[in-house]
Amino acid sequence: MVELFHQLASGLALGGVYAITALALVMIFQATQLVNFAQGEMAMFSTYIAWWLMQNGWDYWQAFGVTVVFSFVGGVVIERVVVRPFAQAPVLASVIVFIGLSFIFNALAGFFFGYSVQSFDTPFDGRPWFGNKFMSAHESGSVVVSLVVLALVFAFFRFTPLGLAMRAAAQNPASARLVGVRVGWMLALGWGLAAAIGAVAGMMAAPIVYLDPNMMGGILLYAFAGAVLGGIDNPWGAVFGGFTVGIAENLLGAYVVGEEVKLSVALIIIIGVLVAKPSGLFGRRIVARV
Amino acid sequence: MMNRRQFLTSAAALAAATQARADDMPGITAKEIKIGQTMPYSGPASAYGVIGKTEAAYFKMINAQGGVNGRMVNFISLDDGYSPPKTVEQTRRLVEEEKVAFLFNPLGTPPNLAIRDYCNKNGVPQLYVATGAATFSDPAHFKWTLGLQPNYQTESGIFGKHILATKPKAKIAVLYQNDGFGKDYLIGLKAGLGADHAGMIVKAASYETSEPTVDSQVTELQGSGADVFLIAATPKFAAQAIRKSFDLGWDATRYVTDVSLSIATVLKPAGLAKAKGLITANYGKDASDPRWKDDAGFKQYKDFVEKHMSARDLVDSNAIYGFNAAILMVHVLKQCGNDLSRANILKQATNIDGLELPMLLPGIKINTSPTNYSPIRQMQLQSFNGSSWELFGDILQG
Amino acid sequence: MAVRLAWGLALAFAISSPFWMSGYHLYQFSQVLIYAIALLGLNLLTGYNGQLSLGHGAFFAIGGYGAAILIVKFGLPFWLAIPIASAVCFVAGFLFGFPALRFGGLYLALATFALAVAAPQLLAFKGIDFLTGGSQGLQVPKPGALLGLPMTTDQSVFWLCLIAAVALFVIAGNLVRGRFGRALVAIRDHPIAAESMGVNAALYKTICFGVSALYAGVAGGLDAVAVGFVSPESFGLALSLAFLVGIVVGGLASIGGVLFGALFIEFVPNYADQLTVYFGENAKALPGAVYGLLMILMMAAAPMGIAGLLRSLARASGLRSQ
Repeated sequence: MVELFHQLASGLALGGVYAITALALVMIFQATQLVNFAQGEMAMFSTYIAWWLMQNGWDYWQAFGVTVVFSFVGGVVIERVVVRPFAQAPVLASVIVFIGLSFIFNALAGFFFGYSVQSFDTPFDGRPWFGNKFMSAHESGSVVVSLVVLALVFAFFRFTPLGLAMRAAAQNPASARLVGVRVGWMLALGWGLAAAIGAVAGMMAAPIVYLDPNMMGGILLYAFAGAVLGGIDNPWGAVFGGFTVGIAENLLGAYVVGEEVKLSVALIIIIGVLVAKPSGLFGRRIVARV
Repeated sequence: MMNRRQFLTSAAALAAATQARADDMPGITAKEIKIGQTMPYSGPASAYGVIGKTEAAYFKMINAQGGVNGRMVNFISLDDGYSPPKTVEQTRRLVEEEKVAFLFNPLGTPPNLAIRDYCNKNGVPQLYVATGAATFSDPAHFKWTLGLQPNYQTESGIFGKHILATKPKAKIAVLYQNDGFGKDYLIGLKAGLGADHAGMIVKAASYETSEPTVDSQVTELQGSGADVFLIAATPKFAAQAIRKSFDLGWDATRYVTDVSLSIATVLKPAGLAKAKGLITANYGKDASDPRWKDDAGFKQYKDFVEKHMSARDLVDSNAIYGFNAAILMVHVLKQCGNDLSRANILKQATNIDGLELPMLLPGIKINTSPTNYSPIRQMQLQSFNGSSWELFGDILQG
Repeated sequence: MAVRLAWGLALAFAISSPFWMSGYHLYQFSQVLIYAIALLGLNLLTGYNGQLSLGHGAFFAIGGYGAAILIVKFGLPFWLAIPIASAVCFVAGFLFGFPALRFGGLYLALATFALAVAAPQLLAFKGIDFLTGGSQGLQVPKPGALLGLPMTTDQSVFWLCLIAAVALFVIAGNLVRGRFGRALVAIRDHPIAAESMGVNAALYKTICFGVSALYAGVAGGLDAVAVGFVSPESFGLALSLAFLVGIVVGGLASIGGVLFGALFIEFVPNYADQLTVYFGENAKALPGAVYGLLMILMMAAAPMGIAGLLRSLARASGLRSQ
């Protein structure tokens, strides 16, 4: 029984990371109907920036803030410079560009920072919260952070004019343009948000999985599974999916399929969801017009 | 006195003889020794790329000091991304196009398995392969292929014997990487325990290098009620397992492998306090261990890294590995003298008697012979006291 | 006309090459042909039928392992082993095609991406150790001279790949020009219209998946024989991504384009590796970045791939008056 609680707790902790990564995926999917395969490597690279700042004596929260801002700007720049030119190209061309981007970030991180494993600080140091026996302080902290990020994203879209404009641009670009929304900039903003959220995911993941250039590979796969499960166009759904996948992965690995084929859990979840409920649990059903 | 005609004839004969010798010595000219290598500079195993980088830097330094017996080392290290088909292609390029004399320290079990037949069929020395898989020390079947570090099974066997001696009633849990590396530890442990005690292993769980963490596996292993925990994992996952087993409050005697004993890249990320009490078997010195601060061998290494590499490489155990391997290689080349034919290179590589290297533990020596293809077979047990490794017991031979 | 001329030249080049090329280069061009076959299969699926797959490395792996197991464990000759393994691939692809019917576009990409990541783990699975050799992989004996003719192993492997490639190219060419191909394209471009005209979209799509997997399987089988070794590490995510890069660089929905794609994925990473020489010792980490950059630049310069680029060049110069 104790073991079961431990499995649940570590599933929940990593689930938080999957959830934030899935949320970043949703940001770009909402705006452009594309899945950013480079999301993981971008997040990893952002995390290295934070690590580098802290190596140079910065305080955690300073480094955190600067990294989020830097990633936001970086995301906007990538959209304008690298992604925009392919707006009219076939979907596959964009997929190739994302794969190319992920190669570039991976290699650059190795070039600048080396491939060996680095430890990464957490602001949630010290004793486990409320004296619980199952989750370390960082694990509890990262769950809270993922919920905070979700709340911020929700508030931004719901209560700010900019959020409204972004939603309009995503849902009906033509009409949005007519009422004066600069749709192009909204897409760039979507990328910026995704990169910033991804940076948070990376900084929450790194204390758990340790920082190295390949750190986000497995996480991205589970985030995909989470996003598909919850509905890739729905922020709430993606976060729910991320947590669920984190827990399911641990429980299935430990008690059902065995650790040897644990990665295949992601594959099973993705295929299972798509067969049973293609739009995910909370996604909008898209009805094609004939 | 030799007349003109005689002189020309004999000169021609001499030229022909030199020509014949040159044909016998691919990759060798009067000024150069060409050495090939494949290394994962890209892909999932790129952390090991530092090994190739270190060796390249070392050979460059040797060249700056005048080379080996007057010849410059031309070291060609190609990226194979840890993908066996690419290893085959790059190896063929090295052997057939670049015409290297031999291969030195190509990395990885699957890549080396993929080229072993090719090297042995064509008589190309595949020297000091960078993997501890036991299968590479098999002179009876593969005379051109040589291992280097103590093989994984040997090391694991040492753990098995140590467990029997200290905790005869132990219940053992094993975390292993789901590939040749991890499975060799499981095999070796069973062999070390002996058939009668194989039942002591109560649970084994594997992980995949593409997984984010092994937390779930460690939790599962703890649930088995084991009081000994063998962590047969690569650095990142070993660090996770050390931390998680501590956080779980699991009071087991923990063993880690020599692949993951670096203080800087494994124990520090895991938390030094959480790593206290770990046991491992080792053959090399750890650059981040304060114990070696004034050691002559360490100073030599430090001096080399400071002059020829970047500062972050100093504590990287891969750099130490490459440094030792490159020194061994230069030793063999010097021993070859002027006969750098492939046959003689193999002969000298398998004829080393008690060589000590600066970054090997004191007392551990390299020995090879035509029937002994495991250059380093000695190890010493050590335990971690929270800040550095403490050697204990005798030097053990696998 | 120009296109036929180009095909003729390519074939002449290929047929002549065993007579003058070194063993190493023959091996490289065998790899090109193998990649071309796999790309052809993927292009049928993705280019012609619009089903996005990021997991064709998995089918390539089934072909490779299938052939290796049949040769090593059952003693079959390669000319029997490869077709049988490919038939297995057809079935596997056909079956995967069923759930794939339900997910469109990017969802299929995600599912196949997960397949590509999970493939090495499934190959190393303990339950099939006795067949696959587990993580140690399998050593596959190389074929000797074909038909008793005097030739080296490299030459036999190359001929084998060339014969298979020519046959599969001709078949694919006929497929896409015929009824089947028209149906595939119709389903890709106007799925609802196609169905209302009586095209059984589900059947066509699953068969297309099967055929595509079969092509990947033939390629995988040939690769096992050419390399002489299979292990889980041979079939990682990188391979699946390389295939996708290959068809897009070569040109979607283009039979000839896959040749360019195959050349790209075989040779460009090597050159990317060599380019790093100019950036000093530390730059050994950079081939990935150079490769990624080349991919993006390639897409910017020729979004329809090299085949598309050539088509528009030809149109501009009036070479091809259609």
